[in-house]
Amino acid sequence: MSTNNRKPTETPPPRPMGPRGGRGSGPGGLGAGVGDKAKNFAKSSRRLLGYMANHKITLIFVILTAIAATVFSIVAPKVMGQATTKIYEGIMGQGGLDYAGIANILVTLTILYIFGSVFTFIQGFVMAGVSQRIIYDMREQINAKMSKLPMKFYDGMPHGELLSRVTNDIDSISNTLQQSITQVITAVVTIVGVIVMMLSINAWLTLITAITLPLSFVIVRKIVKKSQGYFIAQQKELGQMNGHVEEVFSGHNIVKAYGLEDKVTNEFDAINAKLYESAWKSQFISGIMMPLMQLVGNIGYVGVCVVGGIFVTNGQITIGDMQAFIQYVRNFTRPIADTANIANILQSTIASAERVFEILDQEEELPDKADAVEIDVPKGDVDFAGVGFSYDPKTPLINNMNIQAHAGDTIAIVGPTGAGKTTIVNLLMRFYEIQGGSISIDGIDIRDLKRTNLRKMFGMVLQDTWLFNGTIKENIAYGINNATDEDIINAAKTAHADHFIRTLPHGYDTVINEEANNLSLGQNQLLTIARAILANPDVLILDEATSNVDTRTELLIQKAMNELMKGRTSFVIAHRLSTIKDADVILVMNHGTLIEQGTHEQLLEQNGFYADLYNSQFTGKKSKIA
Amino acid sequence: MKKLLRYAGKYKLQFLILVITVSLQVAAQLYLPNLMSDIVNNGIANGDVPYIWQIGGFMLIVAFASTIASVSTSFLASRIAVGLTTGVRAKVFKNVETFSLGEIDKAGGTATLITRTTNDITQVQRFLIMALRMMIMAPIMCIGGIIMAVGKDLFLSQILGIVIVVIALVITVIAKTSMPLFKSMQKKIDKLNLVLRERLTGLRVIRAFNKDVYEHDRFDDANKDLTKTTLTVNRIMSFMMPLVMLGMNIATVLFIWFGATRIDSGILQVGDLMAFIQYAMNIMFSLVMTSMMFIMLPRASASADRIAEILDIETTITDPEMPKRTSENGGYIDFENVTFKYPNAEVPALSNLSFKAGPGEVTAIIGGTGSGKSTIFNLMLRFYDVTSGSIKIDGVDIRELTQKQLRDKIGYVPQRAVLFNGTIKENIAFGDMQAPMEKIENAAVTAQALNFINEKDEKFDSVVSQGGTNISGGQKQRLSIARALTRDASIYLFDDSFSALDFKTEANLRNALREKTAHASVIISGQRVASIMDSDRIIVLNEGEVAGIGTHDELMKTCTVYKEIVASQLSEEELAS
Repeated sequence: MSTNNRKPTETPPPRPMGPRGGRGSGPGGLGAGVGDKAKNFAKSSRRLLGYMANHKITLIFVILTAIAATVFSIVAPKVMGQATTKIYEGIMGQGGLDYAGIANILVTLTILYIFGSVFTFIQGFVMAGVSQRIIYDMREQINAKMSKLPMKFYDGMPHGELLSRVTNDIDSISNTLQQSITQVITAVVTIVGVIVMMLSINAWLTLITAITLPLSFVIVRKIVKKSQGYFIAQQKELGQMNGHVEEVFSGHNIVKAYGLEDKVTNEFDAINAKLYESAWKSQFISGIMMPLMQLVGNIGYVGVCVVGGIFVTNGQITIGDMQAFIQYVRNFTRPIADTANIANILQSTIASAERVFEILDQEEELPDKADAVEIDVPKGDVDFAGVGFSYDPKTPLINNMNIQAHAGDTIAIVGPTGAGKTTIVNLLMRFYEIQGGSISIDGIDIRDLKRTNLRKMFGMVLQDTWLFNGTIKENIAYGINNATDEDIINAAKTAHADHFIRTLPHGYDTVINEEANNLSLGQNQLLTIARAILANPDVLILDEATSNVDTRTELLIQKAMNELMKGRTSFVIAHRLSTIKDADVILVMNHGTLIEQGTHEQLLEQNGFYADLYNSQFTGKKSKIA
Repeated sequence: MKKLLRYAGKYKLQFLILVITVSLQVAAQLYLPNLMSDIVNNGIANGDVPYIWQIGGFMLIVAFASTIASVSTSFLASRIAVGLTTGVRAKVFKNVETFSLGEIDKAGGTATLITRTTNDITQVQRFLIMALRMMIMAPIMCIGGIIMAVGKDLFLSQILGIVIVVIALVITVIAKTSMPLFKSMQKKIDKLNLVLRERLTGLRVIRAFNKDVYEHDRFDDANKDLTKTTLTVNRIMSFMMPLVMLGMNIATVLFIWFGATRIDSGILQVGDLMAFIQYAMNIMFSLVMTSMMFIMLPRASASADRIAEILDIETTITDPEMPKRTSENGGYIDFENVTFKYPNAEVPALSNLSFKAGPGEVTAIIGGTGSGKSTIFNLMLRFYDVTSGSIKIDGVDIRELTQKQLRDKIGYVPQRAVLFNGTIKENIAFGDMQAPMEKIENAAVTAQALNFINEKDEKFDSVVSQGGTNISGGQKQRLSIARALTRDASIYLFDDSFSALDFKTEANLRNALREKTAHASVIISGQRVASIMDSDRIIVLNEGEVAGIGTHDELMKTCTVYKEIVASQLSEEELAS
């Protein structure tokens, strides 16, 4: 099927930054050389901010508490310095220690600390609530959207990709909301606050510390840039590794049967060796960020000790001021690393958000018409009139297809694999929209029907059986909301699944595991047949349904199917001659198009593709078999 | 986690050096406050500016030394952690390559093996790096800090000791309450993924049954559940930092108060008090860092356990020490009373099968799902060993041959066609790596694959994507048949491998195969009677038991199971023709 509809059909042209675009452009400027880049940073970040708008008041509260907490922690060192000064003066001077004064200062300090911690806690606690709420909403939006997306979208996007967007990308947004936002606020307030406090103590010492600022920034940027390259390489090789392992393990029997162990192991070793190189390098480079930042911090520390020491000797500042300065220098490194890194975090978060938004922006299935009707008692006349369809506009597939099936008819669809037999199913069920002509049931265009009503009329047994992680009972009852145990067992009996179900350890309550590999393919198929039987549809679609079921069971299923098909219009994608020969209409498909149509006899008379197909079966049988 | 560390032997020396560099780092970090206190006590108090400069210079040297030490730590930590996990990954992969199908079943299937070799190992690696950088430092910092602190003042050190114990307790309590929550959070993430994956794979069925609302609610339940747990975890975690910080800060207040009295009585100097406070900060920060590790621990150790499980599995199918040889011109197959039972199964999957087949003969196997058809192929290829009885090929029990000897004789086409990432040519040539182009083309012709290959832009050099998604099921089957044909085998095994082909292609393929495999012994299993009724010998299996062996005509007379199968598929006139 079409694979090139991955990109959103409507990519809005990049707009110049709006009035609020300036917000995004600031950190965006720092984010140069980042691998995971947002396509439209300003627009997407505005949209992400939109999610927070609902929690505006709470968020303002969070910001205020974050600022408060930071302010308390910034003031504290200076107060503590005063205590040290009092002690120092006490022993250097004559009057002895001013215990009352010291006690006073320490009480103030304690109160500051308590407030600081309380505010930090409130901030974290409230933010946890807000961010989880936002994340929940986002997942829920995707969830709701998924019900409305057309099949075309799902056929075009690999499952892994979609899964990753719902889990990894949302996870990364969640982390940013929970931590990074308050981190930035705290960091900015800290840097500004600390500089103010420093200036209030001594301008020269502030200058010494401030010199380290740009130095740290440069170091962080350099390292981030350098490590990014290795991280990208690591990611790429990790992808190759995953691909290789998946392929080799999935094809284990072939690897063994053909003695390919050495070959695949050599390939593995080569990828593993490359992965090792990029992995340890990226880890190392990103790991030296902390030590280097620490070095810058230590240089500032030494500067403060020396110059501060001299100033204290001169009497320009007090010993407590010097102590406070030392703490400020210590508190400086982390917020700088945080802000320097925030550009990257924001970039990748916005890129994640964009991938999520891309899903949310996908074109939805055409909604049911406002005046859509329902057929209460369907007869099962199905009529394709001049139907035109293609998955990809460039390669037309079906032109002017006409099929008339009367209620109760069996329509056999035959043709080589890849001939487009499932296309008919896609159109009948309105998984895809036709581009010309009309398909009608009982004379009503299916586009005028409610989708639920349309699909309720159909029972479908697909070649790819689908069971979910639940009990057998739940799986059979999937089509029906209020099926009794008796109904379920009867359906299973009709599908000849009852016997094997009863031999399972927990019978009907046996849980089908995640990969549905605790049952055989044939058993899976029997269950889906039971499911279709229970649903009691008006029109049946059997998509090569019996090809996985063993021959003996097939006999039994055939009986059940014949029973089921009685009085129902049935579309059967068939391989077996007996089904085909008994069909009221045979549709012969090749290369995606309907090439012949008629009864068995009519088609044999035409002496075309079908006749060829049919005769080859006989010649193949008469001669000796390989 | 411990189990994986047995592979760490090679890194003993590097680890030792890492401990030394971490110690140096800690020593430098703790020595700086000491020097500062010298500046305060000796420099400032005496107004000795040159002394201050001198000590300042010395501090710079210490700061640089500390950086060199911690850069080395980072270097060693990355090399050890990545090296160790790279080695473990290779061990896991190579061990899995020795597995027979029995061991794969035992490990829980292919999907989990893939996760263990990839995600789980990455998880462990991430943890190891953090652990080597942070966790090693905490105890050293504690010991070093306490030594330095005691050197300054014993009484204050006792207060410090108490505070450390209290903070450690707080962290432990929080970690204890949040650890199970982190585990359950992981489970709920998995659940959400599962619900989503099922929804994607079953989309057509979901829509056909109008179950979009139901699936929406299922996802929503999982979403709500996950959100609730995450919220609880994050809220508990939001207690941790403020509490620990408060503990540290109150401790500082205590140090200053008691420090003041000590200074007053001349036991302690002001610079020493300042240094002391800094030691305390260093110790407690390293405690906080360690506590963060506990968040990562449950996930990493679960991953490590899963990896260790795989490494502990040993293959049960081994080559004999003294392999026998078979005659060159082979193709003789001899099943003698072969019975096979899966481990822990109550009933055998195959009982008492005996038959002989030779070159030029076609043996067909027909029977229901779970009747043991694939088992026969798996046993012949020694993916499993027989439980009793024996299989001989060219007169030798296959357990007395090496697996290579055995499999070189066989061209095998599995039920589910498997292709590998690479070109079509490479995929076909897997049967014979040295095969010249002509041979590959011939194989493609016989397998009825030439037409569609030539329709592709790059012909034989067209790339098969990972998982073969750009090729249809029938095309995959034909390529996997071509791959078997390049083998020049004396035995060909076709395990229901024409199922995705239409009548015409299948008929053409059979005709072509007949010539190609005329000299070989062919075993074929299938569903369609029409395809197998002319075989030299038909084995009818029913729930692991042999229901009959013979030609079509013989079986039509003697075997009821066979007659039923035939009746279900062929009409009277077809039988007559």
